[in-house]
Amino acid sequence: MDFSFLSDPRYDVLGAFWMTIQLTFWSAIGSFVLGVLLAGMRVCPVPIMRGFATAYVNIVRNIPLTVIIIMMSQVLYSQLGLMLAVREPGVNPQGFLNSQNFRLAVLGFILYTSTFVCEAVRSGINTVPPGQAEAARAIGLKFTQVLRIIVLPQAVRAVIAPLASVLIALTKNTTVASAIGVAEASLLMNTLFENEADKFLAIFIVFALGFVILTLPVGLILGWVAKKAAVRR
Amino acid sequence: MSDKATVLYDHPGPRAKRLNLVISVIFAAVLIAGIWWVIDILAGKGQLTAAKWSPFLEGQNWTTYLLPGLLNTLKAAAISVVIALPIGALLGIARLSDHAWIRVPAGIVVEFFRAIPVLILMSFSFLLWFEVFGFSSPLAGVVIGLVLYNGSVLAEIFRAGILSLPRGQTEASLAIGLGKTQMMTNVLLPQALTAMLPAVVSQLVVVVKDTALGGILVGYVELRRMAGTSASNYQNLLPTYVVIAVIYILLNLALGFLASYLEKRLRTRRGGGRRGGAAEPMAVTTAKLNTGGV
Repeated sequence: MDFSFLSDPRYDVLGAFWMTIQLTFWSAIGSFVLGVLLAGMRVCPVPIMRGFATAYVNIVRNIPLTVIIIMMSQVLYSQLGLMLAVREPGVNPQGFLNSQNFRLAVLGFILYTSTFVCEAVRSGINTVPPGQAEAARAIGLKFTQVLRIIVLPQAVRAVIAPLASVLIALTKNTTVASAIGVAEASLLMNTLFENEADKFLAIFIVFALGFVILTLPVGLILGWVAKKAAVRR
Repeated sequence: MSDKATVLYDHPGPRAKRLNLVISVIFAAVLIAGIWWVIDILAGKGQLTAAKWSPFLEGQNWTTYLLPGLLNTLKAAAISVVIALPIGALLGIARLSDHAWIRVPAGIVVEFFRAIPVLILMSFSFLLWFEVFGFSSPLAGVVIGLVLYNGSVLAEIFRAGILSLPRGQTEASLAIGLGKTQMMTNVLLPQALTAMLPAVVSQLVVVVKDTALGGILVGYVELRRMAGTSASNYQNLLPTYVVIAVIYILLNLALGFLASYLEKRLRTRRGGGRRGGAAEPMAVTTAKLNTGGV
């Protein structure tokens, strides 16, 4: 099989995967923060916050990620003029577009992935036996204290494995950023498919293995951590 | 869910009621301000004029663009699931085999195709189809890509479904002298099928959403891509995307409700309490598998 494209200076395979990693990294941090916030709202005593979080999760989760990412670029930026990068007149418009599209994509991934983080964290809260929360209340702890001292520390341990699945799904989902021209792995693979169609099997194997290398260790390591951290009941 | 949530706090007393009210009012104010801000921006950009929204009252927009797009979306999703189901069943059973030479390759296939982004699978299948048959077929690219991915996911659902059956089922079938194939086809598989039905229906949500990937690299004209054409025709990008988002949401919520209806129905039909326990791991697996497909 002909892997000569790997040494061709026109195709920066490592750079494309580095972009995939960057997209995953920033999106993961953002979705974790927003997801935990949403989960907190979904179990809190204020009905209007619960309603808002429930509506948000059920709406956003059911929209295809492709639609969300393209909306970020074509609706939020082109139609409504949302700027996430600074545009300097005359200076390299491509550089502006690159960072603008990157940030729009990250924003889209955060909005989408946080709904799955929220559901994972909420299912973790549900694994804590009700008796514990009842006992905590009986000794006079308030809602925030029950959540912070008793429930969340146990919930987090139960939630490592599902969160690992979310992280792996997010890594794979970053390929959708190619829809708005972010130069990550799948976009480069498609360019290669167009220019070097005769080597398509070799190209596919390289990019497939790239994703296996990115996702497999995450699954194995976090799976091991989840087993160690699990609360035996 | 709601009674789980109330475990975290008591029935509100007078002080908690006052506090809840204050927080509610503040949150509602922020929410309304946010909505008003968005509407203000939209109006300022001329996005709320009748001309932008009236195309959805015309039959032509629906018959030329949106309905054919929706039809293509549903077609790709339906074909993919119908092909992926038997493949998933075979792979799932193969992973449970006693023979390592069946179990290990099946495991490798399942783990490999689950680790690769669907978009890359579609792009590859599209090119493979062209190389093999000499003509390009976007539908084939989308369907093969979806089958490879969802076949492996369904394999895991099947495996979990069979493993969730009480051990006594296997023991009893061996005791009355059934062979392993007979045990699988007559005893385990029919029960696993009903147990996993809700999981399969909720996997359909993932498939429907994934069809939208077909419009990016392989040029399948599903709902999202058709909507793009419609939007440039009527010059109403934002309204069109809002409308198709609503279509996707309604479609997927309906599938979600169907899944939970089936789950409830199957649970009560199988005699409540004791089997309810057996249905539990299934629901957990479903939740684990559905954490964030595209």
